[in-house]
Amino acid sequence: MTQVLLGLLALSGLTSVLAVLLEVADSYLADYGECTIRINDGDKELQVQGGNKLLGTLMDAGIFIPSACGGRGSCGLCKLRVLDGGGPILPTETPYMNAAELQDQVRLSCQVKVRNDLAIRIPPELFLIRAYQTRVAELRDLTHQIREVRLHLEDPPEITFKPGQYIQLVVPEYEGSPEPVYRAYSVASAASRPGEIKLVITRVPNGLATTYVHHYLKERDPVTINGPYGDFYLRQSDREMVLIGTGSGLAPLLSILYQMADEGISRKVTLYFGVKEKRDLFYQDEIQALAERLPNFRYVPVLSEPAPEDQWQGETGYVTGVMVRQVSDGSRVEAYLCGNPLMIDAAVKLLKQVGVTDERIFHDKFA
Amino acid sequence: MEGTLGAPTILFAAIFTNNILLTNFLGMCSFLAISREIKSSIGLGMAVTFVMTCTAALNYLVHYYLLVPLDLVHFRYIVFIVVIAAFVQLVEMLIERFSPLLYVVLGVFLPLITVNCAILGVVLFMIIRNYSFLQSVAYGLGGGLGWTLAIVALSGIRQRLAQAPIPQPLQGAGMTLIIAGLMALSFMGFSGMIQMQ
Repeated sequence: MTQVLLGLLALSGLTSVLAVLLEVADSYLADYGECTIRINDGDKELQVQGGNKLLGTLMDAGIFIPSACGGRGSCGLCKLRVLDGGGPILPTETPYMNAAELQDQVRLSCQVKVRNDLAIRIPPELFLIRAYQTRVAELRDLTHQIREVRLHLEDPPEITFKPGQYIQLVVPEYEGSPEPVYRAYSVASAASRPGEIKLVITRVPNGLATTYVHHYLKERDPVTINGPYGDFYLRQSDREMVLIGTGSGLAPLLSILYQMADEGISRKVTLYFGVKEKRDLFYQDEIQALAERLPNFRYVPVLSEPAPEDQWQGETGYVTGVMVRQVSDGSRVEAYLCGNPLMIDAAVKLLKQVGVTDERIFHDKFA
Repeated sequence: MEGTLGAPTILFAAIFTNNILLTNFLGMCSFLAISREIKSSIGLGMAVTFVMTCTAALNYLVHYYLLVPLDLVHFRYIVFIVVIAAFVQLVEMLIERFSPLLYVVLGVFLPLITVNCAILGVVLFMIIRNYSFLQSVAYGLGGGLGWTLAIVALSGIRQRLAQAPIPQPLQGAGMTLIIAGLMALSFMGFSGMIQMQ
């Protein structure tokens, strides 16, 4: 008995000593004091506490650099130029950089730590991106694994965005996540209704943000978002449009269609919506309503593996294959793709084969 | 039983005849993941060598001056892992604070090897084989150098293979495992020179 107790005591003692040692080291070694960040040749100067990653430090100061993975160094979106004080580029960054970017001192802001004064350069429009306080107006299950989140904007009361763009949802600390995380979601609602936004969120097993949205978030809860981000939006031209979405990738395409209906744009447009079974289809009423407002609109739902009880009469197979059979003259087509990266890669390849050039293919990959 | 081998012999054996990676197959995950470029594999190898040598010494002291007198030897797995993790954390913080250049070369790899099984393997082998302090340090250093040798050789081969027409199903991890197997076979040529166990 005494031996067991002695053993436990000695073990706890050893681990406590190590823990205290690390705590002490953390507060002395990882404290870098106050640092100055000079942005765009002095357009703005920030006084910040050093020791954290540049991405998070800027976000705390209200400057939001687009990032989809939440600072894990896996999306490569949070690029900015660090002109002075960033230290040498890290092996965790080089896979995301090409030669020109290396030359321009482009860095991933989620990997650069603020240890001293910095001079950085960011696109000026990023100053327009800001945080919005919202409240959950409605939660609605669209399918067995997709949930619609309708957010009512409170402060500021309206958001200006280009249909097709995305925002970041801030998931606060909760049981599943010891620290706040950010995840990107496309806006599914119309820009003509700036007082609220709808997000379409697929449940991912063990996903930090999706678990929060599907199991913890309740109606009337406050939610912080920031944005808008992204260069996926409707381009002005008279070309025929092909929209391809899989799963929740339908969201930004729907927002683009609302814009066309609201602005009376009557371009010929076909929406290909690919899912697995009939129960995965959603927003069918909304698409029906859009079809009545858009004169040259055609809707093609495609099921990849329809269940026997679906009694499916429509198109089957991969959405990309169905699309390419129906596009006759690629030289007159402009394509907008959103969803699963594998679908997008396949679609880009097929579109090029039928004569759609690179500069007329726009896409938003859900990583 | 092996108490008779001198420290230099153990150092040599740990590099060539009993290479921890290619004979015990420990530390495979970082071996496969960080072996695309020679440059970063050298960095990782240096980090492993450093951590292995230091933790071998550290855990030797913990084992013989704490665990054995208190009769807690059966807890050694937990204790060794905790000591290794704390040591790596501490070293990372120190490097990041005092040498940004060293941090780029070596520091970024440290978190990757906190849970490297080769490091724990070296510590456990040295205890099982009843090494003296000097032998343990030699074994740690040799184990690290041997690991570095193996990963640098692998990344050299992989860099050359980047141009080779590998059948598609074997590209990536498949080919890497085949190469690792062939390397292990060739290292068997050293075996028998020194009998370690």
